[in-house]
This record gives sequence, structure tokens and C-alpha cells, in this order.
Amino acid sequence: MTELYPFVALLLLLNVVVGMVRILRGPTAADRMLAAEMFATSAVVIVLLMAVVSGNLALIDVALVFALLAALASVTFVGRAWSAMADNGSAAKGENDESGDAR
Amino acid sequence: MTAAQWVGGLLVFAGLPFFLLGTLGLLRFPDVYTRLHALAKADNVGLGLVCIGLGIQSGSVALLLKLVLIWVLMLIASATAAGLIAGTALARGLRPWGT
Amino acid sequence: MGVAGLIFDGLLALALAWLAWQSTRAVDLFHAVVSFIVFGLLMALAWVRLEAPDIALAEAAIGAGATGALLLSALDRLATHDARRRLLYEPATAWGFWIPAGGALLGGLTLAAWKLPAPGLGHEVLAALKGSGVDHPVTAVLLNFRALDTLLEIGVLLLAAVTIWSLGRAPSPVAAMPSPALPALGRLLFPVFVLVAAYLLWRGSHAPGGAFPAGAVLGAGAILMRLAGARSWIRSSERGPWRWILSLGLAMMLAAAVTGPLSGQAFFEYPPGTAGPMILLLEVAAGLSIALLLFALYLRGEPRDDGPWPDGQRGDGQREGVR
Repeated sequence: MTELYPFVALLLLLNVVVGMVRILRGPTAADRMLAAEMFATSAVVIVLLMAVVSGNLALIDVALVFALLAALASVTFVGRAWSAMADNGSAAKGENDESGDAR
Repeated sequence: MTAAQWVGGLLVFAGLPFFLLGTLGLLRFPDVYTRLHALAKADNVGLGLVCIGLGIQSGSVALLLKLVLIWVLMLIASATAAGLIAGTALARGLRPWGT
Repeated sequence: MGVAGLIFDGLLALALAWLAWQSTRAVDLFHAVVSFIVFGLLMALAWVRLEAPDIALAEAAIGAGATGALLLSALDRLATHDARRRLLYEPATAWGFWIPAGGALLGGLTLAAWKLPAPGLGHEVLAALKGSGVDHPVTAVLLNFRALDTLLEIGVLLLAAVTIWSLGRAPSPVAAMPSPALPALGRLLFPVFVLVAAYLLWRGSHAPGGAFPAGAVLGAGAILMRLAGARSWIRSSERGPWRWILSLGLAMMLAAAVTGPLSGQAFFEYPPGTAGPMILLLEVAAGLSIALLLFALYLRGEPRDDGPWPDGQRGDGQREGVR
């Protein structure tokens, strides 16, 4: 069983890469927050699988720190969105169509 | 391989489809609120199965408890985040799809 | 990990490069900041793959946690929507000079890193581990063999905090969403942050961990509490004098450094037999300092004496008008 875990980790990394499409396209800031949240969960599982495969159980502490910080990251995102709204009044028109165009 | 390793491995493999389906939902669902549902499945059930599976496979109670702690922390974080994100989106005037 | 490992590493490297591109070239700054935070997360994964759990811990706690919160709160302060869009160089300048120059620098650094001798000083460190007072080579290097570097790092952090605080008082507090979930989250998770920080600090002596990850996790917990609606712990009116903790780490390390010459030994040489307890003391002091320093960096100024929140919300969970 443990021999197959690297492939599971690979699948999850593909998951993350594919989820980046959601970060790229948006269309709203909420979608980007969602994708970041999903990355955190996938990263936790990847680290756990690597811990079991390599036998280095200290990596489970790394997964613990990831899990804690997922909470902080999502609260930070939401706080930022909320205050941006409070500054602009009601529904912030300019914020709803962030289609990040990177050159 | 012992029974514990078999059961653990099976649980881990059972958790994998939830992650894949979660990403599929993230990409294909029409608006933020439905995507939140998809995300919640991956976070809660997928991570739970993987954590419990790895914990059983390790054979050590302390490790199982640590993994369950990681799962509970992610549960709290993702549940709160989902509620906050949905509330923020609603307050910004984002209408659910179909309304 | 075999062939799956190879594909994994390749995919990770590509993802890192793409995210770095996004965070430096995306025009919308929120997009750039989110890319940067995810970059930090994947970077921690890369460190895990390179079998460096200590760095992975620090990268996760600082990069995805404290720095992410800092960047997002800085983004908040940009007044207009236009300010939130980045100005890029003209394509001719960017592609003609900056990107080739950056590429040349990267190539030179890669070549230099490739030429480094392979195990470095690993064997010597392991040989000297017995007398260093701890069981973990990374902690031994950080707090015994190269403790001077750690002292300077904490000094730089303190300098940064002092500089930022000297620019003015803290901006007015961010309006928090009137939801009962936020203070509940803070109350539920902060004890876990404290517990994990203490756990990492204790583990530093025999496993990956130590002062920096512990301090970063505790600082992240303080930032979480702040975002969840708590009042800053180091406001002048209540606990201003406790700000000495900011310099506690540096002071203790300086004291440890000069006990060497005072007792007839070299600079920063611990008295024989006391290495273990001294390292523990320094770790605790440094951890507390780092936590408070990261929080001070996040606050960006001396906190005002917080009155009622805007919208009439109060910081202790009693929201007016929310049932």
C-alpha cells in the first residue's frame, strides 16, 4: 500500500495545479480565497503522505502547522474583503471583476 | 501486511476521490456558493478518511490522535472560512446562480 | 520515491516558477498577493521534499502565515482601486534588460550552488553533537555553533520592528465582519496555537522545531486574535511596559555572548556543562520575542487605546445590533 502513496501525492499535486486555474480566472475574490483554502488541505495531505513514505514522522508537525495556518489565512482573506467593502460602501463595484491579467 | 495496514490503506484510497471531486466542483460549478459545497466535501470527508487511514496504518495511538487533531483543526478552519466567505459574498451583493 | 517522485518534483518546480511569475507580474495586486501566499505554501512543500523539516516549518509559519497577513493588511490600506493595480515596466525595458539580467543572476547562483561540496559540514556537526547540549543538529548549529548568526537575525527583526513603529501610530482597526463565528474561532484556536508553539519549542532540542517556528506560530495566533476582534495586547495604556519582551531575545543572547569572556573563555562560548540549559533559556526568550516582534510588525505602529470599534462593535465579542 505504502508504495502507491507517491502516486497519490502526485495526483494531489495535480489537483493543486489544476486548482490554480481557479485562482487565475476568478472571477471574484471569493473564488480565489476558495482555491487557496483547497490548496491548504491538499498540502496537508501531501505532507502527511510524504511523512509516511519517508518514515520521517517530524513531517507530521509540519502538517499540523499548515492546518493551523489555513485558519489564519482564510480569516485574513475574509477580513480584507470585508474592510474593502466597508470602505467603498455597499457592493464594491470595482472588486467584482478582478480578472488578473498577467503579462 | 497486517489487517491494520490493509484497512488504513483502503481508507486513504477511499479519501482520494473526494479531493478529485472537490477540485472538479471547484472548476465546474457555476458560482461561489456551490463551489463552497464542493470544497467542503474535500476538506471534511477526504481529509478525515486520509487522517484516520494513516493513523490506523501507523499502529500507534499517539500518532492517530495527532492526525485526528489535524483533521479537527482543518474542520474548524474550513467550516468557519466557508461561512465567512459566503457571508462576505452575500453582503457584497453576489446573487446565487439561478436567482 | 521513484518515478512518481521525479514527476512530483518537476511539477512542483514548474508550479513554483509560474506562481512567482504571477506574483511579480500580475497587474491586480490581490491576485499577486494570493499567488505569493500559495507560493509560500508550495515552497514549504519543496523544503519537505528536500528533507529539511525545520525550514519547512519556518516557511509555512512565516511565509503563509505572518507575511501573508501583513501583505493583505497592507493591501487594505491602498486607498483607491487604481492604487491596487500594479504599474509594470514597459515591455521593452522589462524583456530587454531586467528579465535577462535576472536570468543571468539566477544562472550564476545556480552554478555557484552546484559547485558547493556535497555534504558540507554535516559530518563535523554530527561528530560534535554530543557536547553541544542538544540532540538535534539544526538546533545545535543555530544556537550553539553559529549562535552569532541567530543573534544578528533577532537584532535585524528588532530593528525592522522599531523602524516600522517609528513611522507612526497603528492605523485604525480593521472593521471585522459582524459574525459570531470570528470571536468563537479566535477563542477556540488560540489555545491550540499556544500549545503547538510550546510543543515546537520543546521539540527543538531533539527534533525539528525550535525558537523560530514556535515564535512564528505564536505570532500567527496573535494575528488571528487581532483579526477575530481582540484588542492588541501591547496597548500603551494597559501593558505598554511589557514591550520589553520585544527586546528580550536580543538581550538574553547578548548576555549569553558576553558571559564567555567574563568567565575567561571565548566570545559566545557557554560555560562548560551549561550548554543544554542555556540553549533552552535562549530558545524561550527568542521564541517569545519573535512572536511579539511578528505581531508588532503586523500592527505597523503603536496601538492606539482602542475605543469602541467602528459600527459600534466592541472587541470582546459583544456586537451591538447582532442577534
